[in-house]
Amino acid sequence: MSKQINVALIGNPNTGKTSVFNALTGLNQKVGNYPGITVEKKEGICKLPRGVKAHIIDLPGTYSLNASSLDENVVIELLLNKTDKDFPDVAVVVSDVENLKRNLLLFTQIKDLEIPTILVINMSDRMAYKGISLDIEYLEEQLETKIALISTRKNKGIDGLKELIRSYKELSTKPCMDASSIDVPYFDNLRKAFPNQLLYKLWLVITQDVNFGKTDRKTFDKVEDFKTKSKTDLKRLQQKETIKRYQFINETLKKGQTIDLKSAKDLRIKLDRVLTHKVWGYLIFGIILLTIFQAIYDWSSIPMDFIDSTFASLSEWTKNTLPEGAFTNLLAEGIIAGLGGIVIFIPQIAFLFLFISILEESGYMSRVVFLMDRIMRRFGLSGKSVVPLISGTACAIPAIMATRNIESWKERLITILVTPFTTCSARLPVYLIIISLVIPEGRVLGLSYQALTLMLLYLIGFGAAVGSAWILNKILKIRSKTFFIVEMPNYKLPMFKNVALTVLEKTKSFVFGAGKIILAISIVLWFLASYGPGEDFNNAEQIVTEQYASESLDDDELQQKIASHKLEHSFIGIAGHAIEPAIRPLGYDWKIGIAIVSSFAAREVFVGTLATIYSVGNDKVETITNRMAKEVNVKSGKPLFNFASGISLLLFYAFAMQCMSTLAIVKRETNSWKWPMYQLVLMSAFAYIVALVAFQALK
Amino acid sequence: MTLADLKRGQQGIITDVSSIHIPLKLLEMGCLPGNSVELVQVAPFADPMYLNINGSHLAIRKETAIHIQIETTNE
Repeated sequence: MSKQINVALIGNPNTGKTSVFNALTGLNQKVGNYPGITVEKKEGICKLPRGVKAHIIDLPGTYSLNASSLDENVVIELLLNKTDKDFPDVAVVVSDVENLKRNLLLFTQIKDLEIPTILVINMSDRMAYKGISLDIEYLEEQLETKIALISTRKNKGIDGLKELIRSYKELSTKPCMDASSIDVPYFDNLRKAFPNQLLYKLWLVITQDVNFGKTDRKTFDKVEDFKTKSKTDLKRLQQKETIKRYQFINETLKKGQTIDLKSAKDLRIKLDRVLTHKVWGYLIFGIILLTIFQAIYDWSSIPMDFIDSTFASLSEWTKNTLPEGAFTNLLAEGIIAGLGGIVIFIPQIAFLFLFISILEESGYMSRVVFLMDRIMRRFGLSGKSVVPLISGTACAIPAIMATRNIESWKERLITILVTPFTTCSARLPVYLIIISLVIPEGRVLGLSYQALTLMLLYLIGFGAAVGSAWILNKILKIRSKTFFIVEMPNYKLPMFKNVALTVLEKTKSFVFGAGKIILAISIVLWFLASYGPGEDFNNAEQIVTEQYASESLDDDELQQKIASHKLEHSFIGIAGHAIEPAIRPLGYDWKIGIAIVSSFAAREVFVGTLATIYSVGNDKVETITNRMAKEVNVKSGKPLFNFASGISLLLFYAFAMQCMSTLAIVKRETNSWKWPMYQLVLMSAFAYIVALVAFQALK
Repeated sequence: MTLADLKRGQQGIITDVSSIHIPLKLLEMGCLPGNSVELVQVAPFADPMYLNINGSHLAIRKETAIHIQIETTNE
C-alpha cells in the first residue's frame, strides 16, 4: 500500500475552509484535540483518483502566519516542524473569491516556506453576482502555483481539486515574491549565519514564540543570539513586510482580476443597514432569541415523550423477560433508567446546536458581536464575549474555548469566569422536568408559561454572568492592552451539509461524554441503593411486616413499604439522611440531596440519579416525570416537588458550578487551579443562598 | 483628521497608521496607508465602527480608530 498524502487545509476565517473539508472527506472525519492543548483538531480521509488516499487536516482559521492566539499557533508549529507526522506534503490554501486580496497575504507567506501549495478559490458561484472575472493562467504563473476554482455550495470543481492534490509532486516550491528586501543587510547577515535554513522560517522564529520538534531545536537555539533588533524595530519590520506583500498582491491582481463594479451587487450593506441598526438591530436580535427558545420547547416535546415512554417500556421488558436476579435489576433499574435520563434530551440539545450553528454559518453572529460590544464593555467584557455566552447555552466547554479570539486578557479571563452561569444544555434536563412538574400549563400571547419560565431561566443565567462580570471588572486589577477587530463576513445561506455535520458531531460528543459519566454514576448509585449495612436493611421484610401487623395492608402496599424501608436504610439512604439537615431549609428531601451531590460530576446526572433511586425495588415501571409527581413530602404530606421547592431547585441549578469538565477546561485555559476553585466555591455558595431565600419566601 | 471623525456613509483614504497603537492583525486585514475606507455603520455612541477597508468588512473600536489618519474623498 502506498503512503497517504498529507494535506493541510489552511485559510482565513470565513472562506468556507470547513466546507471544503466536508466536501473532501464527507463522513470520513473525526474531531479530536492537539496533544496537550484544547485546540480542536479536525482530520479526515479523502479518496483521490486512481486509488490514492489523502489524509486531510483542517487547520484553525488564521489571517497570517503571525500568530496571536493558541489556535493560530497550531498552524505555524505544524508548518515549521518537518518531523511532525502530520507535516503536509501539500498545503491547500483556501480563499474566498470576494476577498482574494486579503486571502493572498497568507498564501504568499506559505509559499515562502517552500511547501508545495495549491490555491483554492472558493465561492466561484458568486463571481458573476459580484462582477468579478479572473485570469487563472496569469495568476498561476505569477503566484507559482496551481489554482482550483471551486464552489462548495454548487459542488463544482471538487474533482479538479482532488486531481491537483493527487499530482502534488508537480507543484512548484518556489516562493512567489522576495520579502527579504525590506531590510537587505539584516537578512543577508541572517542568511550567512544560518546557511542551511530557510530565511522565512528564521524570520518567523525571530518574530514570535514557536515550539519546534527536537531536531530543529539546536539550530534555533542560536537564533536567540540573533535577536539584535528591538521589539519595536521588529514590529516595524513586520509592518514593512505586510506592506511589501500587499504591493505584490495588488500588482498581481491588477492584471489577474477585473471587477466590474457596475454589475456588482452588495446585499451585505443593504442587510446591515437594518440588522446592525441602532434600534432595529437590537429588536431583531431579541425576536430571534425568543423564537429559538419557543422552537426548542415546542418542536422537541413529541420526540421527547416518545423516548421517555420507550425507555420505560424497555426497562419493563427487561424485567419481565430476563431471569430475575441482581444483574437484571442492575440493568433495568440502574443502567436503562440512567441512560433514559440522558437520551431523552437529545432532541432539545440537537435543536440548540442547530440554531447556534445556523447563527454562526450565516454570518449573523458577527453582527451580534458588533451590536453588543459597547454594552458588554461596560461590564468588563468584549463584544466577542457574546459568542461564548450564546454558545454557552449549548455547553460551557466549547464556549470557554471560543474565548480565545478575545484579544484582551482581562476581558477574556472575565468571560471565562462568568460563562458557566449561562444556561448550558446539561441544565436543560433538570429545568424541563422541574418546570413540567411545578409550572402550570397555559398560554399568554401565544407563548406557554412553561416556555416563558425557561426563557426567564436563560435570562437569569445571562444576568448572573453579566452581573458577576461587572463585579470582577471592578475587583480584578489586570492591565492588558485591549484591541478589538471583528470581521463582518458576507451573509450566507447556511449549507445543509455543514450544519448537519456540526449538529451530529456536537450531539454525539455530548451524549457519549455525558453518557459515560451517567452510566458510571448510575451503576454506583444502584449498588449503594440496593445494599445496606445492619439489621434495618437486611431484615427489612420482618421489621416492616411486624410494624404493620395490626393494619390490614394488601400485599402491594406491604411490598411498597418494605421497598421504601430498605431504601431508607441502604448505603445511599444513610448518606442522604446525613446531608439532609443541610438541604432541608431549601425544601429538598434526602433523595434530591443525593441527586444534587452526584450532579457535581455533571448536572444532567440529576434526572438519571432520581430515576435510578426511584426505580430501585419498585416493580411498577413508570416514566420519570410521573414518578416524581407522586413523590410526597413525608412531613407535610404535600407533593415534594411543589412551587416553592421547584423554584428553589431551579435557582440552585441556575447558579451552582456543577461540572467537573468545565472546571478542568478553565484550569487549562487559565493555567491555574485558582480560578476554577473560585468558581466552584463562590458559585455554589451563591446558589445555596439564593435557593434558601427563594424557598423560605415562597413556602 | 482620523478615522474616528468619519461620518456614516463617508469615504476616505488612509494616509498614516500609528504603528505603536495598531496591532499587526489590523494591517494584515488591509488597514494600510493608501487604501480606501468607508464607514458603513456605527453602533450606539458611534462605537464600535463598522468599516469597509479596501473591500474588507470589519468592525473596530473608536479607541483604535483615532490612531488611523485619513483624508476624506467625498462629502
